[in-house]
Amino acid sequence: MTVLAFIAVSVSTPITRWLAFVAFFLLILVAALASKIPLLLLFKRALIEIPFIFFAILMPFFGTGEKFEIAGIELYREGLLAGTSIVVKGTLGVLAAVILSTTTTAREILRGLERLKLPAVMVQIASFMLRYVNVISDEMERMKIARESRGFVATGIKHWKVLATSAAALFIRSYERGERVHLAMLSRGFDGNLPSLDNNKATQRQWATALSLPGLALFLSLFFLVIGW
Amino acid sequence: MNNVPSLQIKELAFAYPDGNQALFGVNLSINKGERVALLGPNGAGKTTLVMHLNGIHPTMQGEVRIAGVVVDSKNKETLKQIRAKVGIVFQDPDDQLFMPTVGEDIAFGPYNMGLRGEELNRVVDEALTQVGMLEFKDRPPHHLSFGQRRRVAVATVLAMKPEILVMDEPSSNLDPASRRELADIVRSLDVTIVMVTHDLPYALELCERSVILSGGIIVADAPTRDVLSNAQLLAAHRLELPIGFSLS
Repeated sequence: MTVLAFIAVSVSTPITRWLAFVAFFLLILVAALASKIPLLLLFKRALIEIPFIFFAILMPFFGTGEKFEIAGIELYREGLLAGTSIVVKGTLGVLAAVILSTTTTAREILRGLERLKLPAVMVQIASFMLRYVNVISDEMERMKIARESRGFVATGIKHWKVLATSAAALFIRSYERGERVHLAMLSRGFDGNLPSLDNNKATQRQWATALSLPGLALFLSLFFLVIGW
Repeated sequence: MNNVPSLQIKELAFAYPDGNQALFGVNLSINKGERVALLGPNGAGKTTLVMHLNGIHPTMQGEVRIAGVVVDSKNKETLKQIRAKVGIVFQDPDDQLFMPTVGEDIAFGPYNMGLRGEELNRVVDEALTQVGMLEFKDRPPHHLSFGQRRRVAVATVLAMKPEILVMDEPSSNLDPASRRELADIVRSLDVTIVMVTHDLPYALELCERSVILSGGIIVADAPTRDVLSNAQLLAAHRLELPIGFSLS
């Protein structure tokens, strides 16, 4: 939640107020230090962002409107701004998300969503996904091994048919598993409600801690807006 | 009240919607505390029969009673009671364990029966202790070995304090040590058990009585040793003792 709010604040700050972003970045670092995540690990995990950055870097080269030249290369002003904006905001968002995922297990995130009154069905779907993603990827791996043990190597378009049938088989298997799981649930008296073991309400203190990060970011953003930097 | 059989099936017949008939009049009565092996070749209708025990397949013809109560898939109230009384352990533990952690999975059944808070916690711990898996309570199921998952699957059902425990192929895919550990657990339980299996030595080890279901009817119902020593009977129904296995 905090992460979402933080991302919302940083995305809605115009890129031209670059000082605000420096401050956001510092906030993230403080949050990371407070939760005792080694910075190296933080940045390593943030590498996932690289493909997106790649596209952002291309943006200044393809665009419309005002142009200017740096070191003999023609750049589009709008593209450059949009590009930087994506890189900076993206990085901030990814860093915030990485902090969340390193400090909190997926299970706790789900519990948090439940507490924040996300519809139960959505939480249930997410928790089933969490449970079965391994089972299904194992199944996929076994199918791949079975294909390869019989001499199949996917090299080009002509093999797509085989891969497509495998995907279909996997889908049907997963679907059937879904039915069996449902049977198992019915057998144990399922009537639409999944149990949650603890129903702790978040304390005011927890709310305050949670809101401090986006709150500070919002404050800084407005502050720089007012003083007009 | 102890004279009421845990399970009583009378003239049960069932055909799938595509017209494929699976059961042709099954009669079976199992007393409280008995351990009975349900044997039969693939496609004999064993699974179909099991699905009738807690009303997942509606009874089309005949009657199934659990501890005297008729299984009626249309009667929501008794169906809920029946599902609390009949615990089915499915063959693939990944189908049975669908919650994010072992503890929550065990809690699923009792929660649906209306238990909450401390009471719920106590029942969960008790069931896990029965199968020796208490220390794994907060672990996600996919971090356990297959044998451990099978044991947890048994615990999910034990937590509901069933009148009758139905196990579908309990020994399949287990290594010898897990197989023996599961046998120890089964022996330690004080419930009526129906064990669907092809593993004849396992049946002999754990069940005093065996029933052979073949072609949708019960073709044999006798002490396990007698059933397994009748080579002609076994051969007629595609059942075989492992090579080198002797009954003595």
